[in-house]
Amino acid sequence: MCVTCGCSSHHTHSTDDHHHHHHGQGHSHSHSNGNHGVQDKLINLEKDVLHENALLAQRNRGYFDAKNILALNLVSSPGSGKTMLLECTLRDLKEELSFYVIEGDQQTSLDADRIKATGTKAVQINTGKGCHLDAHMVLHAIQDLKPEENSILFIENVGNLVCPSMFDLGENQRVVIMSVTEGDDKPIKYPDMFHTSEVCIINKTDLLPYVPFDVDRAIENAKKINPKLQFFQISCTTGEGLDGWYDWLKQQTTELKSA
Amino acid sequence: MHELSIILNIIEIAEQEAKNAGAASISCIELDIGSLSTIEPAAFDFAWKQGVRNSMLEQAKLVTNYIPGRGRCNYCQTVFKLKALYDPCPQCGEFLAEVIEGKELKIKSIRIEEKQTT
Repeated sequence: MCVTCGCSSHHTHSTDDHHHHHHGQGHSHSHSNGNHGVQDKLINLEKDVLHENALLAQRNRGYFDAKNILALNLVSSPGSGKTMLLECTLRDLKEELSFYVIEGDQQTSLDADRIKATGTKAVQINTGKGCHLDAHMVLHAIQDLKPEENSILFIENVGNLVCPSMFDLGENQRVVIMSVTEGDDKPIKYPDMFHTSEVCIINKTDLLPYVPFDVDRAIENAKKINPKLQFFQISCTTGEGLDGWYDWLKQQTTELKSA
Repeated sequence: MHELSIILNIIEIAEQEAKNAGAASISCIELDIGSLSTIEPAAFDFAWKQGVRNSMLEQAKLVTNYIPGRGRCNYCQTVFKLKALYDPCPQCGEFLAEVIEGKELKIKSIRIEEKQTT
């Protein structure tokens, strides 16, 4: 049993505290036609299915705010280079900034091991058959990690461009990563993730001469869904464009401190 | 396939509410699902049959209201039908729509059968 939130598993949070108090407002009648007096009653709930996740996400957000932590939720399809982007970022900036990483995968701790090899504290969440991280898993990962004030927390979500879009983790910003081997129509094929993200990173630009990916078209497609998206074009292999991403990270932490 | 985890959330909420109301079983559940909510109806129906097994919803009738998407253009304020998140405003052609309907994922009501007290 979890001491902090009282849960026994991922799906047993009590909803007792958050009733919408519609009880008794529904009409009640008894069936006389053969139902032997069983009371049949309509309960109006009007309850958001992801209500519990939203509450826990806000709780995480409060923790990040209080400790001045920049929490970034990294989302993409599998193989777009999320972990390698983190490895580069951690190696290049670890002298200047303080980092923590939560790794989400269905199985194995391979990614967390890669992160730990850079000298950064990391926790692996295995979702088993689950296709996304949720705010509850992140809450427990934070308890393990205990990120310090003024740090950056990267949450690398499960590689999946659909499901994670529905689950707020309490992050400050969502960063969607696509790679040039994936096709420039990705944003309109999987619009929800691009709709809910603030930043879009186009990775593996060193491969552009070998693939039919049109960067301008990809950006245009993504902007149709979310005109506010901010873009970075990078290659983790050559290091091209990483400076822009690093400057952005530093700027975000400075803005958090002065907020 | 996030539909199954959404369904498990629905079952948890519905069972809790039904138990609080002293129900013996749930005979009907009505859901509002926005068509821009990333729920795929076919996947949802498939997962529902598996998900509700051995729950209070096993015998419940499922009523699903799929709510069409509607957006308001942030540029010219026109309200229009959003079939996809990247539909441009039919008035000015901009892609600045704010979704005002179609993201719902809600349990609207449950119908319960109360335990007989007599």
